[in-house]
Formats: sequence, C-alpha cells, structure tokens
Amino acid sequence: MSPVSTATLARTPRPRSRRRLLLNTAAALTIVLCLFPVYWMITTAFKPNRDIQSDTPRLLPRTWTLEHFRTAVDADGFALFWRNSILVTLTAVLLALVVALGASFAVARMRWRGRRQFMLLVFIAQMAPWEALIIPVYIISRDTGMLDRLPTLTLVYFMMTLPFTIVVLRGFIAAIPPELEEAAQVDGCTRRHAFRHITFPLLAPGLMATSLFGYITAWNEFAYANFLIIKQQDSRTLPVWLSSFQNVFGTDWGATMAASTLFALPALAVFLLLQRHVTSGFAAGAVKG
Amino acid sequence: MSVIRDSSAPPARPRPPSPPAAEPGRGGARRGGRAGLWPYLLAAPTVLGMLYLLLYPLARAVLISLQDFQLRQLIQGDARFVGLRNYETLLTDERFWQVVRRTFLFMAANVVLIMLLATLVALLVERLGRLWRTAVLSALVLAWAMPVIATTTVFQWLFHSEFGIVNWTLRQLGFGSFERYPWFAHGLAAFTILVLLIVWQSVPFAAITLYSALTTVPAELYESARLDGASAGRIFRAVTLPMIRPIFMLVLSLEVIWTFKAFVQIWVMTNGGPGDATTILPVYAVQTALSSQRYDLGSAASMVTVLLMAAVLVLYFRQMFRQEGETL
Repeated sequence: MSPVSTATLARTPRPRSRRRLLLNTAAALTIVLCLFPVYWMITTAFKPNRDIQSDTPRLLPRTWTLEHFRTAVDADGFALFWRNSILVTLTAVLLALVVALGASFAVARMRWRGRRQFMLLVFIAQMAPWEALIIPVYIISRDTGMLDRLPTLTLVYFMMTLPFTIVVLRGFIAAIPPELEEAAQVDGCTRRHAFRHITFPLLAPGLMATSLFGYITAWNEFAYANFLIIKQQDSRTLPVWLSSFQNVFGTDWGATMAASTLFALPALAVFLLLQRHVTSGFAAGAVKG
Repeated sequence: MSVIRDSSAPPARPRPPSPPAAEPGRGGARRGGRAGLWPYLLAAPTVLGMLYLLLYPLARAVLISLQDFQLRQLIQGDARFVGLRNYETLLTDERFWQVVRRTFLFMAANVVLIMLLATLVALLVERLGRLWRTAVLSALVLAWAMPVIATTTVFQWLFHSEFGIVNWTLRQLGFGSFERYPWFAHGLAAFTILVLLIVWQSVPFAAITLYSALTTVPAELYESARLDGASAGRIFRAVTLPMIRPIFMLVLSLEVIWTFKAFVQIWVMTNGGPGDATTILPVYAVQTALSSQRYDLGSAASMVTVLLMAAVLVLYFRQMFRQEGETL
C-alpha cells in the first residue's frame, strides 16, 4: 500500500494526507501506550526522592541520581539472588538445549515408529498447565526432600523450556540439507563426526536464538520460585526478591523502580537484539508461554 | 551412509502415509539392528522428563484430589481415599462457584480486549509507512520483553494512591474524586487494573503474530477486490478475515489458555484480594492448598482448572494441526 501512496498523494492530496495523519496519530498513540510504563520505570529510578514524592509528577527528571540503584544493589542478598537466578537459568537452558538437540535431530532426520506421537507429546507438553501443577510439585518436592533447593527449580525450568526448544530446533535442523551430512559421510566421516563438523556449526545461530528465549522464560519465572523456596531465603531468585521488595523497602519507590530496571534490563536487551527473529518466525512459536 | 542405507533390508513395516516425508534420502536410521535404537535413545531423556516432571505430578494431583489430604497427612503420609468427596465439597460450595464465574468473566474481559486491540494494531501496522511501522513494532517488542514481575511492580507504582501518575492525570482531567483514590482497596478497581495489566502484556504478542499473518495475504487479492469496487469494510470481511482466520483462532485459544497464567500477576499484586475480588481458579486452588493446608480441595480445584484448559487445548490443537499437520 505504501509505495502507491506517493503517486496517489499528488492526485488527491486532501483525503490521502488526512488518512495518513490519522494513521500516524494512531501509531504514535500505540507507541506511547507501549513505552510509557517502561519509560516511567526508568525515569523514576533516576529521580531524586523529592521529585518522586511530589504532588506534580515531572515527565523528565530535573536532576539525575544513582542513589536508588545504590540502594537496590546494596540491599540484603541482591548479589546472591542475582547469582541464583543466573545459575538456575543457565543450567536449565543448557540442559534443555542438550536434550532438545538429540530429540529434534531424531525427529527431523530419522524415521522411526512413534515419531509423530512423540512430536504430539512435545506439543502437548508445550501447553502444560503449570499453574495447576504447583500443588503436586510442592508435595512431591517436600516428600523427596527437594524443597528449598535450587536443583528442583532447575528441573522445573528445564521442563518448561524443553518443548519449545525442541519445536524450534527441529525447524532449524530440518532447514539444513541432509545432503551435506551425507556427502561428508561418503567422504568417510562417521555419522557423529558429520553432525559435529557440518550440521552443528550451521545450527549455531538457531541454538543461540532458542536458548535466549528459554533464558527469558526461566529468568522471569515466579510461581515455582515462590512456592518451592520457602524457608531457605538464600536460595531465592530475583523475581521473588523483586516481588517482596516493597516489604523490604516500604515506600521507597525509587529503589523499587531501580531494582525493576536492573531486573528487566537483561530481558529487554535480549529481545531488542533478537527483534528480527521475534517479528518473523518466532511469533508463531508461542514464545512467551 | 547412503550406500549402507541402499543395501539395508527393505522396510518390513508400512511407512506413514504422508508421501513427501516417506521419500528416501531423508530417512536416516534404517540400518537395522542396533542403529534402529538411536532415535529412541535420543528421544528418551525428553520422554523421561515429561513422565517425571509432568505426568507424575498430574497423576499425583488426581490422587490427592481423591484423598483426605491435609496438614496431618502431609507430615505423616497416611492419606486415605475418600472417593469424590472433595469434588462434592467443592461443587456445593457457593464460594467456589463465585470463583468459577469470576474466572470466566476475567477471561472474557481479557480475551475480548486483547483480540480487539491486537487486530486493530495489526491492521494499523500493515497500513503504516516503513519508518512508522518499524517504530511501532519496536515499541511492541519492548513491551513484550518486559518481565512480568517488573511490569506488575511498575503498574502498582503507576496506580499508587498518593504519588501515582494515573491519579494525577485523572485529577488534571477534572476528576477530583481520584484525589488519593486507593485502587487496590476496591474490588472492581483492582480487577480493572489487573485486566489492564494483562492486556498491556498480551497485546504485543497477539498484534505481532496477527500482523505477520496479514503480510501473508497476497496483494493481488486486495487489488482485484478493489477493482471489483468493494468497500474497505467489505474487503476486510471478505478477503482479510478469511485469510487470517486460522492464525486468529490460534492466537485466540492461546490467549484463553494464558488467562490462567495471570496467577502470577494476581498473586503479586493483590493476592486475590481485596476480599475475593480478584481470586480466579488457580489462585483459589493455591490459596486453599498452601495457605489453608487443604491440599485435597486445592488439588480438586486444580483438576477443574486442567479440565477447563484441556477443553480449550483440544480446539487449539485441531487448529494447529490443520496449520502444520503435514510437517509433523
């Protein structure tokens, strides 16, 4: 539609340009509605307290301060919870990646009885009702002495990210022509060598993208982190800490927003880096789930 | 490899009916003997994970929902079966039915708003010039990327009774009654904020997905419709809508299922309160189980949730397999 618009603009200027104005206004409104909460979080984090607690909020901070970030970082256990989050997320994603690589290779490259049924299981697992499984997982962890331990969380996050990882990796593997591997095997490579030296390097971008989405899922997870880590406060993760931040800091909204910013930053950075993938194929893969 | 495959025994069992998938050259593991085990070995960890981390908890929840399982039984482990008594208790409890009704109301409000706004935004993005389109898409992606807990915290700050920017804006617009209006103390207000929060978080995904569906509609279709003199509204109904219907239904069922994920936002923001005003099924289940130690009743409520989700899931899968059934 847009390439035509310049030509038609010359012929009938009024209604065309009014339409354009209307569309652009709607676009601007959408952008403002999307960005304002993010913007408000970041600017509040940089505002001095007297500006935060004033009767007339200012859209732009008069003076910028890093005080709130200092409060947040110096808060009890911040570094520990950060470390816990990274540890749990990285382990879960790596585990999911290794397991998914095998499974998706089997699905994309091999023919075997039960392949379709296996893929159906994966699709069902992708839609697993995790919100309804909190109670049994809590009871099972309690019975097996796995409460308050990070490996429990890691396993849960592994299972949460695994189905999506398989679905996406299957697509990536299927896109690489098997003739490449076969040629290497004709030249005397073993099947495993052919996979490692031919397919795997071609797969690297896919692995990167997939793991980053898994990373975000695990990084943001709250429900299980909240109910499986109860007594051992040292094993908490960032989302749980952030949700209790107001109890710790009371009405210090500057520090709360600084903590939110610090927590959101990795996810925002990853998404912006991957924007091209996000807007194309990945949208169909139910990423946020 | 291909040499080995060619010399291997002809397939003993009939291959799946889909002809393109059954063509030789793609098939890897038909080497007979030990090699035939490879795909199963590769798939085994996934299957084991699903069995232990999904199926076992689900089965355990079903069991608990059929038992008398409270704090004592949790500690001593001597739960006994009571048949469907927990479901009876639940289904005769007026409070439970209120929660079910509220769940559906919450779901309807969210899904209708999300789909409506997302369709509008998708149509808008399609009609924009390149610069504006990139800007809107980037803004959508940014909103999508915001972690749930961070957004929930920010919304609490936006709607803060004393220093919140929303109350300030409403006052400037002449609504004096919003002077220090405590949003989270009123049931309906808290419910509204949660709907706003969920909609804000969900529209980007839906809009981007619908937009990519719109881009697959061939331009010739629009052109011929326009040449035939169809109005804009008629083009939308007769051309656009039928073309994006499959993706639309897919997104719709996803959003219905994801309503239950609002558990996190509700738990952090209102804990189901004030009173019961924002308690939906998963919140009710966890409150009953972990706060009142009625694990049996909580599990029964969870199973009702699973049944509700399963009904929607069947629709979702039918749609999805129509979409990519061949590639499975």
